[in-house]
Amino acid sequence: MTRVEEPVRTDLAAENADELRHYYYQMLLLRRFEERTSEMYVKAKIGGYCHLNLGEEATIVGLMAALKPEDYIFTNYREHGYILARGVAPGPVMAELFGRETGVSGGRGGSMHLFDAKANFMGGYAIVGGQVPLAVGAAYALRYQGRPGVVVAQMGDGTTNIGAFYESLNLAKLWKCPVLFFIVNNGFGMGTSVAMGSSETELWRKGASFRIHGEQVDGTDVLAVRDAVRRLRTRAEAEGEPALLDLVSFRFRGHSVIDADRYRDPEQVRKGRETNDPVRNFAALLHDHGIADDEWLKSTAIRVDREVQEAIDFANASPDPKGEDLFTYMYATPVPNTPGPEEAARAVQINRGEL
Amino acid sequence: MPIITYRQALNDTLGEELARDPNVLLMGEEIGVFQGSYRITEGLLQEFGPKRVVDTPIAEEGFVGVAIGAAMLGLRPVVEIMTINFVLVAIDQVVNHASKIHYMFGGQVRVPLVIRTPSGGTGQLGATHSQSFENWFAYCPGLKVVAPATPYDAKGLMRAAIRDNDPVIFIESLALYDTKGEVPEDDDFVVPIGLAEVKRKGSDVTVVSYSRMTAVALQVAQRMESEGISVEVVDLRSLRPLDRPTIMASVKKTNRAVVIAEDWYSYGVTAEIAASIQEEAFDYLDAPVQRVAGIEVPLPYAKDLSAASKPSANSLIYAIRQVLKGSRGR
Ligand SMILES: Cc1ncc(C[n+]2csc(CCOP(=O)(O)OP(=O)(O)O)c2C)c(N)n1
Repeated sequence: MTRVEEPVRTDLAAENADELRHYYYQMLLLRRFEERTSEMYVKAKIGGYCHLNLGEEATIVGLMAALKPEDYIFTNYREHGYILARGVAPGPVMAELFGRETGVSGGRGGSMHLFDAKANFMGGYAIVGGQVPLAVGAAYALRYQGRPGVVVAQMGDGTTNIGAFYESLNLAKLWKCPVLFFIVNNGFGMGTSVAMGSSETELWRKGASFRIHGEQVDGTDVLAVRDAVRRLRTRAEAEGEPALLDLVSFRFRGHSVIDADRYRDPEQVRKGRETNDPVRNFAALLHDHGIADDEWLKSTAIRVDREVQEAIDFANASPDPKGEDLFTYMYATPVPNTPGPEEAARAVQINRGEL
Repeated sequence: MPIITYRQALNDTLGEELARDPNVLLMGEEIGVFQGSYRITEGLLQEFGPKRVVDTPIAEEGFVGVAIGAAMLGLRPVVEIMTINFVLVAIDQVVNHASKIHYMFGGQVRVPLVIRTPSGGTGQLGATHSQSFENWFAYCPGLKVVAPATPYDAKGLMRAAIRDNDPVIFIESLALYDTKGEVPEDDDFVVPIGLAEVKRKGSDVTVVSYSRMTAVALQVAQRMESEGISVEVVDLRSLRPLDRPTIMASVKKTNRAVVIAEDWYSYGVTAEIAASIQEEAFDYLDAPVQRVAGIEVPLPYAKDLSAASKPSANSLIYAIRQVLKGSRGR
């Protein structure tokens, strides 16, 4: 029932070169977006908690390459890359991090709570494990309504220790929900290594007692991730058979932009980044196979830099949400005798000492 | 008395209690190797080892329940929940189990447990990371809930909480961790659970507050003094049991009251205090009690909306002026 797939070396010659170059472009976009995000945080353009996808680019791009438009995605709070790779423009994503009205969640959510209904990107969630049952619920709805598609429940390795994860596994299998449990195993949840937190350190086995098939995949290999997701996605959709993927990668930095990462040996982190850099490794692979030459790589870097800069400019130029809109999204079905724009404007004025 | 930070006061007290009683142990996410998400437990793993300072997986319902069970056999666990938002995952264990066990089993077994956690939030922490739920626990008979505002009280109440034989929810605040104040060195110093304190004497109006809002109230009192307005600040320190006599004594003296807390307005701590004042000191009031509390929205991330949704010095000043004018309502 549960097994580790032998890593299949993808035959690059059989691949579409444009697609491969597109994966590289996306991975580089994620890389630069996160590096600049970190910079914007230091400049206090971004507040709150902020977690980066550095080192996880191949996992994310590989996943999105395998998904179809009708699929849905639920993630944790480390999700900037997911929404970008799903095709949402960088401008509104950066604007959300800046807390602007033009942001993907209207400036209400912030870094940890990105959302895009048009892309079926169903949100970043910041209570560990919270997104997992929601994803099963979405899969339940697909099945109930007889619609095509699958749902991805993305989470970190640390999240596989919380109760909601196990309840979700059971329900997904019991009710034949087309959901993929997508575990981004970057080795750490904050300062807790997998071995410190999990009695079963082979995370791909964690579905076994629920009779859920699991696989470990090299999360730094974009094609391996894509192929595994494609295969399991097809089965989930056709048979309502959930699956669990354990995608191994390396976290480049601390848990969040403000974590100094003191609990990891700097030398090992340096080495880890060197050997597990999915972006650089993929560039080398494409170069070696004559799919991307120096000039293309250079022009792609320039293009990505420009696009991320444009995203920052867009965010900077965007307006803040208006004070009077404080209650705007309060209820989907409005209720009489509840506060509205006037009360909102007053709250803002009182807070500023203007009343 | 030495002047130290609120963080240091907690760190010292945890260390001293670990040294004093071998049944005391710390448990929580990132408290050891990581040195504590907010560095409250810094150095304690090194000093006391992994038997006494236990790093847990992300499994709040599990390890809070484990702590309750361990307390039933005589251990005295001090559990850190990284922020109060995550305690919701464990609330069944706290409310349905910890709070009931002593009473429901006829006093045969005790649950000497402390759950310490920062509540509320400043800055742009967003909807899920900035909430105040101390009123949820204060609502529940069988629990004790304390919320110190100063390093002095942090130390005294932490000592009292660890030595107490009931489950104590110990509310901290990110914004207070770096604040400084005098703390006694005396080994037997405790602040009793269930006693409020007048933190500043005044004659025109009573402000009732706790935790970070007491710090805000004290600043406001200072500022208003220059305008000739004399503000008395009653710091609750304990939310359950609630020290109503100290609140009433102050209100009966000043005849006006403003209650401020960070939780949402409806069904929150301010509602309880205002109702109690109305019941016990109605005849002494010269104006309706004013309440300052969180605006009732999931906290928006955007900077200005976020700031406008949380009570502040400005909103407290506004309420004080209203109560002095004798105005009604918000
Ligand atoms: C219920 C709950 N407990 C604790 C936290 C604090 N917290 C935020 S992220 C995190 C670590 C999660 O690690 P992992 O699942 O491996 O994801 P990663 O951050 O590596 O992407 C913790 C403990 C939380 N947000 N929610």
